[in-house]
Amino acid sequence: MNVAVFRSGITLAVIAAICTALVATTYRYTADRIAANEQAWLERSLQPALSGLFYDSGVTESKIVIPPPHELPGNEAAVVYRVYAEGAPVAALFVVSARDGYAGPIRVLVGIETVGVVTGLHVLEHRETPGLGDRIESTKSDWAKQFNGHSLLDPEPAGWAIKSDGGQFDQLTGASVTPRAIIKAIKETLLYFDERHEEIFAEANTEELMEETEQ
Amino acid sequence: MTSSGFVDRFRTGLWHENPGLVQLLGLCPLLAVTSSFVNGLGLGIATLAVLMASNGLVSATRRWIQAEIRIPMYVLIIASLVTCIELIFKAWFPALDRSLGIFIPLIVTNCAIVARAEIFASRNPIGSSIADGFVMGSGFALLLMTIGAFREMLGQGSLFARIDMLTGGEPMRGIVITDGGWLLAILPPGAFFSLALAIALKNIIDRRQQKKRQAAMPGRARRAAR
Repeated sequence: MNVAVFRSGITLAVIAAICTALVATTYRYTADRIAANEQAWLERSLQPALSGLFYDSGVTESKIVIPPPHELPGNEAAVVYRVYAEGAPVAALFVVSARDGYAGPIRVLVGIETVGVVTGLHVLEHRETPGLGDRIESTKSDWAKQFNGHSLLDPEPAGWAIKSDGGQFDQLTGASVTPRAIIKAIKETLLYFDERHEEIFAEANTEELMEETEQ
Repeated sequence: MTSSGFVDRFRTGLWHENPGLVQLLGLCPLLAVTSSFVNGLGLGIATLAVLMASNGLVSATRRWIQAEIRIPMYVLIIASLVTCIELIFKAWFPALDRSLGIFIPLIVTNCAIVARAEIFASRNPIGSSIADGFVMGSGFALLLMTIGAFREMLGQGSLFARIDMLTGGEPMRGIVITDGGWLLAILPPGAFFSLALAIALKNIIDRRQQKKRQAAMPGRARRAAR
């Protein structure tokens, strides 16, 4: 066998082993912190959709996953966090995708009280134009707050649209596709919750479900 | 290394051979993430760290690396280091990691890093290779920060917004100069314009200095011109 090729192979293998060891060590010392960060981030990102509610901690543990097909916005599995106060259901948080965003789907978190009133909207992920559509983010403007306190009865179904479409909600200057997509998603989520909220809270075996989703 | 040697090196990395301004390397991340100062600073620090570590590792192993397999070797080393940096960012600066997104893993493809490994680290001792990584990385990071600050001021009317992504704590809006701004500056064309302006500015300054030097030493300049 060609000695030079053999030597090159050995060198590559040794360096590969060293590099793998380096990554593995870093992973070992960061894994716990990363997992804790993800959990904290999730808990924190759920908060803004629950404005003004008192609730038991551990919302992230009451997660259920609704696989497609479902009537919620978005084609992928929807995630629902059930919120309890002293053991009684008070609200549900839906992670859904508004499909018709200007630049792809927009992941939003919609909080709905058991009586069907929106407790908050929080945008989790989007690719809308900076400076125009990205004002849906709560750090950039108060646009997302205007839905708090509204339900399917207030306004009437026709009112669930931006003002220039004859609805009741503010648009964003220079971006009407983005608000339209989000309002549609909220409305669909409200309708779904209205029809199925007993079913959502009936699923008692949370832990079993969680194990399934983790796999 | 003498201290004047190091100062000279610094001048080279930050100015005369700045990876972004002069060598025009690593333009993809440079153009993509500089929509704000904090993003520029974050990617700058990450690139600097990878560059120092990869220069160090390449230099330390240079004796055993045969010429034919040096490129896969560099890629292997750089990719592992970037993965480590990504994990560290995820653990200690999760918000910044989320904001920079794919551009941290993409440091692997920053040609400035492979270029330093090939040009410098593979033929110099370990200490001066790490120093070279520091100097070149600083040059790149400084450019990222400058363009980031420029585009943020113009495009969003603020400076140092979301610095909390590095320091922790509540979301901060930074120094607000005006509300809103000139949108084009934070869109992709704004990145190209800003980089072009920065390069033009550097060339103007260089030319001025050259003229001054010629005026000061007419004899020598004439001889050099000949």
